[in-house]
Amino acid sequence: MSATSWAWLVLLFPLLGSITIALSFRLTSWRTAGIIGTAAIALAFICGIAALVCLLGESPDARHHASSLWEYASVASLQIKLGIYVDPLSIFMVLIVSGVSTLIHLYSFGYMQSDEGYHRFFSYLNFFVFSMLLLVLAGNFVLLIVGWAFVGFASYALISYWYRRTTATRAGMKAFVINVVGDIGLVLAAFLIFQHLGTFEYTEVFAKAPEAFSTNGWDVTAICLLLLVGAFAKSAQLPFHTWLPDAMEGPTPVSSLIHAATMVTAGVYLIARTHILFVLAPTAADIAAFIGLATLLVAASIALVMTDLKRAIAYSTMSQIGYMIVGVSIGAYSAGMFHLMTHAFFKALLFMAAGSIISAMANEQNIDKMSGFGKAMRFTSIAMLCGGLALAAFPFTSGFFSKDEILAYASARGGMYLIFTVLGYFGALLTAIYTFRLIFRVLRGEPCAEAQELIDTGHIHHAAPFNPATGEEEDTDVGFPGADHHIAEQSPPMKVAMAVLAFLALFAGFVQVPGVDKMVTNFLSPVFADSPLAAIEPSTTASWIGLAIGAAISLSGIAIAYWLYVASPETPRRLQERLSGVHTFLYNKWYFDEAIDFLIVRPALAIGRFANDVFERYVIDAGVTGGTEETVGKAGEIVRGFQNGIVRTYGLFLIAGAVGLALYFLIQQS
Amino acid sequence: MNIDWYIVLSALLFTIGAIGILVRRSPLVILLCLELMLNAANLALVAFSREVGNTQGQVFAIVVMVVAACEVVVGLGLIVAIFRRKLPIDVDELRELRG
Repeated sequence: MSATSWAWLVLLFPLLGSITIALSFRLTSWRTAGIIGTAAIALAFICGIAALVCLLGESPDARHHASSLWEYASVASLQIKLGIYVDPLSIFMVLIVSGVSTLIHLYSFGYMQSDEGYHRFFSYLNFFVFSMLLLVLAGNFVLLIVGWAFVGFASYALISYWYRRTTATRAGMKAFVINVVGDIGLVLAAFLIFQHLGTFEYTEVFAKAPEAFSTNGWDVTAICLLLLVGAFAKSAQLPFHTWLPDAMEGPTPVSSLIHAATMVTAGVYLIARTHILFVLAPTAADIAAFIGLATLLVAASIALVMTDLKRAIAYSTMSQIGYMIVGVSIGAYSAGMFHLMTHAFFKALLFMAAGSIISAMANEQNIDKMSGFGKAMRFTSIAMLCGGLALAAFPFTSGFFSKDEILAYASARGGMYLIFTVLGYFGALLTAIYTFRLIFRVLRGEPCAEAQELIDTGHIHHAAPFNPATGEEEDTDVGFPGADHHIAEQSPPMKVAMAVLAFLALFAGFVQVPGVDKMVTNFLSPVFADSPLAAIEPSTTASWIGLAIGAAISLSGIAIAYWLYVASPETPRRLQERLSGVHTFLYNKWYFDEAIDFLIVRPALAIGRFANDVFERYVIDAGVTGGTEETVGKAGEIVRGFQNGIVRTYGLFLIAGAVGLALYFLIQQS
Repeated sequence: MNIDWYIVLSALLFTIGAIGILVRRSPLVILLCLELMLNAANLALVAFSREVGNTQGQVFAIVVMVVAACEVVVGLGLIVAIFRRKLPIDVDELRELRG
């Protein structure tokens, strides 16, 4: 079988899984549903590997195939195919998405066990994976937009999964609306591309683009900026990021799947996929890189003060995606994709560990109330430590190699791009501090009541579940781990998933060590060969100097965190008091929500209210519809007077009419 | 003979019929008045036919008679139906068509 056939199978299995689970929810037990869901994604992963094997069997230059099942629309010069494009980049994404998703399905199999909406959850989850795979495999911009929108919908459904929770439904709507803003950007970009190049197919667009556009021309820059709107909305970059922390209202496996490993990386993939356009529009690429840099610093600073465990990790995700955006925008394509891969591993792992702890705390997410889980949950704490080390770029973990590769590339490109190296390292310092702030505060110290209960009895703390945001009690009828949940780390599938990810988080970096091997770069190089920026490569010495600096920064960050949160726990409080202004500013997330509310939401609401109160009432109701209604009504009343039912009157009208006509003709004739 | 007299007579008959329809309330009389109007028209047709010198007008008059016969059948049928239902034999009382 060819690579494209395998790729079609990759798409088929999750879709089938989703439909099967959804339609058979009355017939199958929760266990069957979980097995079908997990198996569907695992099969997709296996097919992805088969496609990879097919690609590797070909010469590097021939590793791209387009395949289409049928023509979706064919009008005049417009031909839209239901087609996929298989090349190293899409297969790379397919493997990450399906691989990490398989493990997260496995984790959910245990985590969602006592949830009433188990079938619904797995159906959504499979549909999400299908949409994401469609997004990365799409062979033209139309199908890309379809996948893009499907992912947006699936994330809405999953964030609002506990739909009796008002905060969750609001978060889902927020994510959906912001994602739709991004969709509009993407659609407009596709329109512009079609207007200038007359095609939606990737291969033709990228082949024609260098001739059709002049470097930094307004049209290609506009296309790139619109693409960036789409990419930033999906990837939660400034100023479209506010949905991501709120999306933590969904179940933890959802956070792990969507908001760490797959959906939020769609923007990075989009920039990497359309890198030829960005090469033609260096201004847009620089804007993207600087926004990525700003996001990574802003998000890291917010993560320093977040007290909500999952939200802190969510901000860390934003920050890490900032690194990837910087990478793919400045030309470090394979480094960006490499970081995407390692980040998917360690961030999914961190969310899983957080999920374990949160369920052990009976859904409490505030880290102020957690401590001492290192003793209570040994397996989870080891997993969390592995993820944390990789995130903090501890020497020789996966994040260490991937993050520093981006920064080394930035310094090799030189000039203005040195800013990215310097501030990127500063961001890395913040990353190490906030990561180990979480780890030290949650895992170390005297065990809190819930942890003590776990140590003493081996049972998980039970409490009526409540909403951590509002304190309301949850409605457990429609799907929520009820008071009898036995989750946390006890379930073997969860342990397997976490163990595999922990291994990958620690050792996946060795596929690409400067001077030793560069598997990711070599594999992806045919895709990026047409970009002049891909030829820039930091020397091995420079890379190792960068790695040494990275190691020093990471270790000092961990040391600072140790000093702050273990050695002298009074210091953070004193700091908080002394810098209360800064703390409030960070704690309120730089007031982005308020600013967006003030600048966009309120004006929009005011316009809507004006339209409703004034325009609708006085122009539409009174003027247009009211006026028409009144005219017709009045006319009807007049005519009704003639219909009095007396036959003789009708006769009179008839004769009068006939006489009138006769007189008219007589007068006209004479 | 001058055609004017025929036309004047026809118009006179027609007017009598029309006025009869407008002022009388008995359906039977209205029917008779209708006949009067039709025959006024017939008279005019035959007069014109003779004036012009061909028979088309006369043929038309016969057609009108056929139609009048049908109409009388329907009209009398209606009157009988009204009578059988013990409704007032007065067209002003039968005003269900009022809008």
